[in-house]
Amino acid sequence: MIYLQLFLTFFQIGLFGFGGGYGMLSLIQNQTVYNHAWLTAPEFTNIVAISQMTPGPISINAATYCGYTAIHKAGMGEWASILGSATATCALVLPSFILMILICRVFMKYMNTPTVQNIMSGLRPAVVGLIAAAALLLMTPENFSSPAINPWNFWVSIAIFVATFVGTKFVKINPMKMISWAAFAGLMLLY
Amino acid sequence: MQNFYLAAFRVFFKIGIFTLGGGYAMIPQIEAEVVNRHKWMTREEFLDLIAVAQSCPGALAVNMSVFIGYRMRKLAGAICATLGVTLPSFLIILLIAMFFHQFQDNAVVASAFNGIRPAVVALIAAPVFTLAKSARIALTNCWIPVGSALLIWLLGVNPIYVLVVAGMCGYLYGILIKPTE
Repeated sequence: MIYLQLFLTFFQIGLFGFGGGYGMLSLIQNQTVYNHAWLTAPEFTNIVAISQMTPGPISINAATYCGYTAIHKAGMGEWASILGSATATCALVLPSFILMILICRVFMKYMNTPTVQNIMSGLRPAVVGLIAAAALLLMTPENFSSPAINPWNFWVSIAIFVATFVGTKFVKINPMKMISWAAFAGLMLLY
Repeated sequence: MQNFYLAAFRVFFKIGIFTLGGGYAMIPQIEAEVVNRHKWMTREEFLDLIAVAQSCPGALAVNMSVFIGYRMRKLAGAICATLGVTLPSFLIILLIAMFFHQFQDNAVVASAFNGIRPAVVALIAAPVFTLAKSARIALTNCWIPVGSALLIWLLGVNPIYVLVVAGMCGYLYGILIKPTE
């Protein structure tokens, strides 16, 4: 049953995952964290961090990790969990697979028509909003702590957030390097 | 020509294993292999393919591998190329998932990830403004991203509905309002 749910969920994510990796984040988050509670918000954020540090598309990394964790948390064994991660990954790739083959066979010539271009002109700005929503939804006490519970942790988190934002956006520091520095800061200041 | 299936699997496996940062970072690698080295398609065809693959849902690298594999050797070619590009991420993340459960409660790992999480949120937030520029967002249409973000963030609306409505609005705008402008 949970396999079917995993399959349907990630198939849906693959089908509506416009705008690449970051655009898909809010879909993945909405389904895995809020609808099915397969992952907690910090777990989801950890996966995004791990995806940044490992090769390959973020969506595939998230599907693989989530498939494994969802089954693992349901109390099933190692092989069942591996099967779960294979299910989620295949389900995610399947819509791309079908769509691209259809486009290759028949629809290549339709891609430049006004209809497709009009739809895309509505989708593109919405994807920007989706990415903004993904960031906003991750600004939670689980990820940042809160001034009431642990003010030190909270202000360190804010400082790391600001430093990373400025570092990657304006100073153009490599995101991987930035994550390493954040891990170092975490070890020094939050241990 | 040598065995295409093996070559496609190997090329896309290499792309899958060596490109950090996903999507756009992979394009130059794919071009070097597919256009320059193996000559599976011309540069013009490759540029068209990027445009198409970007407008389709799903991971860019996966979309491109399916298309290239299918064009060369139909279904079997598409399967080889797609397996190639997906397997490295799958195997690496599977290993991490299997072992991370044991480490994530470790105090050292937990504190490092406490530092990493706010940084990740910033990494997601940072490209929003750059993307807004390339999606040609101005005063007249800035309500679309702002509205979508607020609907998802504050009201918990499923992002899929937001996309469907945005696509429909784009279509209706194109046939109803644009011709009268």
